[in-house]
Amino acid sequence: MELLNTLGTTFRDVIPIAAVLIIFQVAVLRRRLPNPRRVAVGFVLVLLGLALFLVGLEQALFPIGETMARQLTDSVMTGDIGAASDVDWRDYWLVYAFAAAIGFATTVAEPSLIAVSLKAEEVSGGAVRAWGLRLVVAIGVSVGVSLGCFRIVTGTPLPWYIIAAYVVVIVLTFRSSRAIVPLAYDSGGVTTSTVTVPVVAALGLGLAATIPGRSPLIDGFGLIAFASVFPIMSVLAYAITSSWWSKRRGQQPSDSERKLDDT
Amino acid sequence: MWARESARFLFPMARRMADSLRDLTPIILVIAFFQIVVLRQPFPDLANVAVGLVCVMVGLGLFIQGLESGLFPLGEDLAWAFASKGSLVALLAFSFCLGFGTTVAEPALIAIADEASDVAAEAGAILDNDSARGSYALELRLVVAFSVGIAIVLGVFRIIKGWPVHWLIIGGYVLVTVMTVFAPDEIIGIAYDSGGVTTSTITVPLVTALGVGLARSIRGRNPMVDGFGLIAFASLTPMICVLGYGMVT
Repeated sequence: MELLNTLGTTFRDVIPIAAVLIIFQVAVLRRRLPNPRRVAVGFVLVLLGLALFLVGLEQALFPIGETMARQLTDSVMTGDIGAASDVDWRDYWLVYAFAAAIGFATTVAEPSLIAVSLKAEEVSGGAVRAWGLRLVVAIGVSVGVSLGCFRIVTGTPLPWYIIAAYVVVIVLTFRSSRAIVPLAYDSGGVTTSTVTVPVVAALGLGLAATIPGRSPLIDGFGLIAFASVFPIMSVLAYAITSSWWSKRRGQQPSDSERKLDDT
Repeated sequence: MWARESARFLFPMARRMADSLRDLTPIILVIAFFQIVVLRQPFPDLANVAVGLVCVMVGLGLFIQGLESGLFPLGEDLAWAFASKGSLVALLAFSFCLGFGTTVAEPALIAIADEASDVAAEAGAILDNDSARGSYALELRLVVAFSVGIAIVLGVFRIIKGWPVHWLIIGGYVLVTVMTVFAPDEIIGIAYDSGGVTTSTITVPLVTALGVGLARSIRGRNPMVDGFGLIAFASLTPMICVLGYGMVT
């Protein structure tokens, strides 16, 4: 029953995409797909797979993840803290640790990121490894989400952090190889979809609701923004360090870097 | 024929399942660790969790299989067809429709728009009743969907022209920074978050394949340097548009 429901919603998401594709295929390009049966089967698999995936998450992981976010923020609050000014950010280290861990874990399983990293591995001829890219992105998300929780706890303004992050991204952009920049920017946008958003949003709203002096409406948002900027940094930083490292050891650029430059 | 097809299909499926089990291990470990060691709560409803995990594994496997046999070839094929037809207008119209169409119905965006209308009502920017909130949320969704359409058009145009992606993105960052200063405080968090939620799991593979396909079919473009970057635009323009919307209303 649950599966049918989710299948229905997923199907509704696909209709506009399918409509656009079919209209352009028939009316503008006026030609047939080279392999329509294979594409149709692929579409059905994507739909079915996504629906199953979501139902499974709904069954197994989301309820626990959301409850845990609440329990963690509650457990810190057991000591009676009176006024808003008494909030000490050091009391919340468990929350930061949980945020980092869950940010990492959900990003590794994110289907959009899997799609982009598979494509990146194919396009770069293996110079960018799909699994490695996902790990680096996940590290970025984990740092970002835990810093975002620190921001909610301290109540400091969101724009400062994000704008500072932009500055770092810009500096890193000019120091890194041209070939990695677009991929790094893309990996910021894909980290936050099906899996990460619900858990991370629950964490942010729960945190803002339990800490005295924070409003869920103003302080609860922003974790997703952190989770989309930090992977850009981590991917760029990783690319810079690995090329710096191979230079320092006095080697020729490694095989994979040469391949990346040649693509 | 059927048997051979299914054999060819089943073998990679088994490997994919193993891969998705590996992908899920971190989530399982994190939740188990915090549940048992830190919070010391009993694991609720273990059977349900196990069934759910199997669903997730099979689902992820099917999804990736479908990507490679359906969405990736389709995206690249479309790019190739548009490039060989040589009609820039048709390509840009298609890009806009793809961006707009896939975003306007995006569930994550609907959720964010509803929350934003609550914030606006609370702050007194709009009347605090259902119809005012409803129309605010709908307008916001249209604004974001429009901005994603523009983003894909801009990104595709960039691939054709071969402009470096970082100048456009950095320009966008500067614009976001400037607008943040003038936008009302309540909208900022929502605007920053709206960038991350607009690209759905089905749009991402299609758009990525489209970009890479275009870069491959145009002479002198490098798929690594020029093919990626469409998603980056799609996550930047909604921030600009939502901030702008917050300033106007």
